[in-house]
Order: sequence, then structure tokens, then C-alpha cells
Amino acid sequence: MALALHTFATVKDANAALKAAGTRYLGGGTLVIRAANEGDVSVSGLIRSIDPALSAIAIAGGKVSIGASVTMAAIARHPELGILAKAARAVGGPAVRNMATVGGNLFAPAPYGDFAVALLALDAMVGTDDGELPIETFLAGRDGSRAIVTSVSFTPPKADGFRFLKVSRVKPKGVSVLSIAAVLGQAADGTVSSARIALGCMADRPMRAKTAEKALLGRSLTKDGIAPALAAAGEGTSPITDPIATAWYRNEVLPVHLGRLLLS
Amino acid sequence: MAKVPVQFTLNGSEKAEFIDSGTTLLNALRDKIGDTSPKGGCHQGTCGACSVIIDGELRLSCLTLAETCDGAAITTTLGLAEGGVMHPLQRAFLDTFATQCGFCTPGMIMAAKVLLDHTPNPSRDEVIEALSGNICRCTGYEPIIQAVLRAARANSQNAA
Amino acid sequence: MELRKNYFADVRKDDLHEIGQPRPRSDSPGHVTGKTAYFADRSFPGMLHLKMVRSPHHHARIRSIDTSEAEKHPGVVRVLTAKDVPHNVYTILILIQIGPEDETVLADGKVRWKGEAVVAVLAETERAAQEAAAKVRIDYEVLPAVFDMEEALKPGAPLVNEYHGQNYYLYDSGECRKVRFGDVEAGFAGADHILEQSYQSSPIEHAPTETTGCVVAPEGNDRFTCYTNTQAMFFTLDNTSIILQMPGSKLHFVGGTVGGGFGGKVDVIVEPIAILGAKLTGRPVCFIYSREEEMQISSPRAAEKVVIKDGVMTDGRIVARKVTGYTDAGAYSRHSPYGAQKGAGHYPGPYTIPNVWIDTYCVYTNRTPSSAMRGFGVTIGDFALEVQMDKLARLIGMDPLEFRFINAYRDGDMKAHRQPTEGAALIECMQEASRVANWPVAEKYMAMSSYAKGA
Repeated sequence: MALALHTFATVKDANAALKAAGTRYLGGGTLVIRAANEGDVSVSGLIRSIDPALSAIAIAGGKVSIGASVTMAAIARHPELGILAKAARAVGGPAVRNMATVGGNLFAPAPYGDFAVALLALDAMVGTDDGELPIETFLAGRDGSRAIVTSVSFTPPKADGFRFLKVSRVKPKGVSVLSIAAVLGQAADGTVSSARIALGCMADRPMRAKTAEKALLGRSLTKDGIAPALAAAGEGTSPITDPIATAWYRNEVLPVHLGRLLLS
Repeated sequence: MAKVPVQFTLNGSEKAEFIDSGTTLLNALRDKIGDTSPKGGCHQGTCGACSVIIDGELRLSCLTLAETCDGAAITTTLGLAEGGVMHPLQRAFLDTFATQCGFCTPGMIMAAKVLLDHTPNPSRDEVIEALSGNICRCTGYEPIIQAVLRAARANSQNAA
Repeated sequence: MELRKNYFADVRKDDLHEIGQPRPRSDSPGHVTGKTAYFADRSFPGMLHLKMVRSPHHHARIRSIDTSEAEKHPGVVRVLTAKDVPHNVYTILILIQIGPEDETVLADGKVRWKGEAVVAVLAETERAAQEAAAKVRIDYEVLPAVFDMEEALKPGAPLVNEYHGQNYYLYDSGECRKVRFGDVEAGFAGADHILEQSYQSSPIEHAPTETTGCVVAPEGNDRFTCYTNTQAMFFTLDNTSIILQMPGSKLHFVGGTVGGGFGGKVDVIVEPIAILGAKLTGRPVCFIYSREEEMQISSPRAAEKVVIKDGVMTDGRIVARKVTGYTDAGAYSRHSPYGAQKGAGHYPGPYTIPNVWIDTYCVYTNRTPSSAMRGFGVTIGDFALEVQMDKLARLIGMDPLEFRFINAYRDGDMKAHRQPTEGAALIECMQEASRVANWPVAEKYMAMSSYAKGA
């Protein structure tokens, strides 16, 4: 069947249309149109909603809410989303960032999805018309997810509490070897009081480095202090092998880059 | 096959076409309208050869459906020269030998134009960042970077 | 740009008007204005899209092909299999008498590499062609495959290509190209040191920004115009003429504008089948590789393995060099027998060595057929040779650049393949490199010349 686009004013109507077989939601097009161009004939109906709420950014009461259609470029230039700018700029080149959306990045398979890695470290909630889900739960079930993602929301940490690193082989940027995002809380003496570390490319989708997080608690951010966390960084990972890097290589360099991020 | 109407301006002139739903802007421009300056190098959003400017933003026409551009203002490299006189970027690409096979050139010029529209005097790093979504397999990038910097200098001299 | 005129000043008139002067490229105005016409910038009313059904196996027998569902798919105009191709078994270099014909346009009974073309689908739209291609049913019996050149040369290895009968190209000199000069074993026996090392490379894809393809328009008088980005216009025309059993006068090829080639567009792959499609349907046809096809299907530079054994004296002279080179052709010859032969001619490098032994093999494996790419047959060899030169210099404790001055070929030296050296400028190149790289060498080397041995 030929490809056809169906546009709806409301998310509700778009959700209803997505119940039909052979349909897929169209965000910025960087995943869905790419698949169609490459010969994926399983999708014939593209569904989108032009509800303005999907493109809104709301910052109030210590909470940030970003509409699913907001692009990486819009985040990168937003004056109050400075902590996310680095992660947003890590996605693609300028043209891709003008198209790729927050909602789409949640579905991007490794080696893509660097922004979702940041959202995972930030413990974001993923919103649909059915309510909100913790991002970890959402990512685990995303393959079977049919409800349109409408927003992501999170409580921003202190500016110096969020760290992000994307590693690629090409300068200034290329596809990820891996990406790491971390939200760290530190006690008055500098020791780590809380840690959330998220990894990209270390599985088929963003994942938490939970053993490394535990190993950081109560430790100082020094070479010796982080050593147990680096030793545990690879626990539970199953990295992808692709033209950029092998699974073996990704596992080998993960502690190196995690160390650089933690000591930066 | 459902035909859908689409209207937009292309390089300042109005276009109205009936296209097959699901047609990419790249195919609509090339096959329906006859502007073949955007090139299809990968159809994956990786090479940047199809780059066009839509409402002032750089976009990949291979990943953009034409029907989502209804009412938009689209610029392509074919529309840059005015009255037979090349745009300063085109002149600079020519003068710095920034083309070899030429296939990436229209996309490069689009990316560079958006940069200079917003940042008239970019740093070298800003030029590199602006071109980071465009692949050139022949020249090795340096002449292209030099071309953009030269065009920026030419613009600022004209403005002064 | 700086022109150094002190070299060869006595043999050259200093009347260069073009060299050293910037001149605008004739094609650049078209490139920067977006007006240059590449093959895919031509389209014709009623043009059909060709999509290829490819082998998912590295080596398999084809038990059966069922195209009935694909033929019924809406928008499909024609489905082509091997029996539709007039002269289905070909080889590109047959034009210069390098046979045997060993490759199928569309697979017939067997596939020999993963990605080999089996069935061509012609449809009204790209999408319809893709959908129909997914409906072609091919029953394969998977066969053992071989991916390593040395494994392929062992007795009992799976036979990759029956048209050759063995897993190497049979030259008139036997199983390999050979160069024999002096007495290499005597050279080794008299050497102060022996160093044997092996070097190998993986296939390299050209990755041109414009993918391989062509657009064909029937002219209505049984003549066909083919707009193509081939780098080998007349090879393509003549091979198409053979494959389609059609006189060359019926074929009008338009090309010369290539969106990046680097040697990757010298094979005759898309044009014959697209012209056949246009002939059998009477419609214009376009056949353009997807990016994935360009990366996975188009010929890469061959994987190579080079084993170099050198005998060297403590004073810096290389007295014997034995090189065994292996070129991985993949499943079919294309340009690889020529590449391996070029390697034989290129060793032992730009050095004068009295005792030389070269064997270069062109080996068949179940990998993607390799072909031309920028200096194929010599580029990987040069990498190996120059790394070997550095290792030899280190072995005898000599400066690597001075070591090369000692061994550099000069005018009048007899090369291993018995061509006397003339017009060599290696000494002068190294002198200039020494200067600009700020890598000083002893004065006696700066006083040397390519002209006179002993000077």
C-alpha cells in the first residue's frame, strides 16, 4: 500500500487513528520517514497531531514540562533549559536538530537516543493521554507502546548536579560510541549523597548503571573515590555492535569515559 | 492513490501541486517542480545533500513530507543567485575551490546560508558546527570552511 | 603555493604558464548554483523504478524462484530473472581479453555472496517495487562459505566460483603473478639481518555521496539513452552491448558528471539490467542504489594480505626482498585480477634491490566482489612496504629517511620487472620533504641526485 499521511488537530483523534493496522506516529520524521525511504513497507499510514500543546515548554513550580513535538534545536536555544542544551546539541547536525523531537528520541534505537539518556538520568516522567509513566518503565515497554507521547517532565537538578557526555569517533560530532548522563547530589563534605547514571549504546535502549550508582554513594569524586563505581560500570550492560564500535570496545571504554565525566 | 494539494513559496515564487500523500519534499521539489538542486545522497538524514531552508530553518528535505510544508517559504540553492549574480556564498565556494564533484555543494551552501543569516561573523568553530550535518567525500572540508569564512568577510565588508 | 625551481633546473625550461597558477574549474559554476545535471536529475514521464531482490546468504544453491505474487502486486510492470538476460554470464575485463566470464547479471542456480542480485522488479513507484520485491519467494539450499583468503586456497575449501574451477585467478604464469630478479635465497644467505612481517587490510568502501545508478529512456527507434554516473563510460557501453546482445549503435550513453566515484563506479552493474528493463517494458527506467546498497553491495577496495621478507645489511642496503601478496576478489573477478597484477609490478617499491621474488594471488571468497579504488593493487602494498622500511631502519639502528636514501631507485637502475628506471625524482622529493618537515639528514644525502649513481 502506498504511504499516506493523516493529520489530526487533537491527540485524542490521532490516538484513535493509530489503532488501525499498519500505522505509525510521525514526529520529526528522522526515524519514521527514514525507515520508509529505506524500504520498510510495514507502515502505510502515518499519523500526526498538530495540537499546539505538543510544542509547548512550561517551566513552573520547580518543574519542567516539554511537549513531545519540541525539537532539539528549540531546547538547545531555550534560555531556561541550559542544563539540557549540551544533550540537545549532541543530537545530529543542525538540520536534524531542527526536526528531531523529544518524543521521537524516546523511541530512537541505539546508537541514537542520546537525549533520552539525559532524560533517564533526570528521572523524567513520560506523559500520554492515559497519564504519566516513569521513563524507566516507559523505555522498558516502548516496543509495544501505542499511545502517543505528549510530554516529558522532570524536576531540574542544580546546574552543577547534571553532567552529560557523548563520545563519537568523528569531530565535531558523529554517531555515538556511547553517551553518559549523570545527576549527582553531593553532601557538604563533597561526598556523593545521591547518584543516577544513565548510559546510551550500552544496551538496545538507554539504561541505568545501578551498581555504579550504589558504588558512588558516600564516596568523594576523586580518582580513588570513583574507582569502585568504574569497576562496576559495565555490570548489566549488553552493548550494541555496529559499524561505529563493537560491544567489546564499548564495554572497554565505558569506565574510561565515566571516569572523565565524574572527574570533570 | 490519494492526491493531496500542497502550496508553498519556492525561492519567492508561489507553487501549487497535487502530490501523492507521503511524498517527501525532496521528491516533490525534484520530480514535480523540477528544482533538482537538493540532492538525494542517503535518504536517511545522514549526508545533508538534500538540505533546504524552510521558514528560515535548515531542514532535510528527504525526511520532510511535502504536505507538512503547506504555506511555508522554502529556499534552495537554485534560488540564491539574483539577476544572474551569484550569492556571496556561491562566489566564495567558487573562489576557494570548495567544490570537487559538486554533489554536496548545494546542501553545504544551504547550511552555510542559515549560519550567516543568524551569525554574520562566525568563528571557525561555529562554521564547523554549522556544517557538521553535511558530508563531503572529496575536498576534505577545509576549502569549504574557508569559503564560508570568506563569504562572511565579504558580507561584512559590503555592510561597512 | 610555492614552486621550488632549484630541482632539475638544468633540464627544464622555466616557462610554466599554467602550473602554479590558480584556474577556475569549468564545472564549479554549475555546482555552486545547483545547476549541474547529475544522472538522477533527469526524469521522464512514466518512468519505472527498479528494485533488486538480493541474496540473504553468502553461498547457496537456488532451488526455486517464485515471482507470481510479486507480478500480481499493484503497480508492478515486469519482473526479471536470469532467463530474461540475453548473455547473463559476463566479466568486465573481457574487453581486454581477461577472462573467463565468471559473473551473472542475475543469479542463475547459485548465489556466491550475500547481496548478490537475483530478481529485478520494475514498478510504477519506488514503494510498489519495494513491496513487490518483498513478495518474491526464493528457496535456497545454504552451502558452506569461505571468507578468508588463505582458507580459500587450502585443499578442500568450498569452491566459490565454478567458472574458475579453483579459488584463485589462473594467470598465464600460473596460480599467481610472478616476478623473479636475481637470486633471492642467495641474497638472504648473505644478509646481516632478515625481517619477515605480514600486513593485512579490510575492504574499504568508497562511500560516494551520490549513490550508483542510471536513468534509461527508450528513444522509440529501438535505441536507448542511458544517463549514468559510471566512471567507465566505454567499458560500460561495450559490456552492456555484450550482455544485452545489442549493437553499440543502439546504445547512447550520457555521463561524465559523477557525484563522487573514487573508483567505486567503474563496474558495469546497474546499466545493463536497467536498459533491459526499458527494452522489455518500453518505458523509461531508473535504477538507483539506496545508501544501504551503496555501502553493502557496491564493490569495495579489496582486502589484502602482504607478507614481506627482507634481507638487509648493517650499512643500510636491502639485498633481498620476497613479497607474497593476496588480493581478495570476493566472489567474482571484476577488476581484481588486474589489481593483483599491478601489485606484482609495483613491488618491491621505489627501491633498487638486487634480488627480488614476488608472488601475487587473486583469490576468490564468498565476500562482496571487490574492484577498483584509488590506486588499487598498490596502495595497501605501499602501506605495508613503508611500515616495513621503518621497521628495517629500526632493526639496524638507522634514521628511517637516510635508510630510504640509501635504497632509493635512481635513473638507470634496473627494476625487478626489468624496466630501466627513468624520470625518477625520489631523491629530490625526499630532499624537499626533509627540508619542509624539518627532518634533517646527513649532508651526503642532500648532495645526492636521481641522475648519477654514486654522486
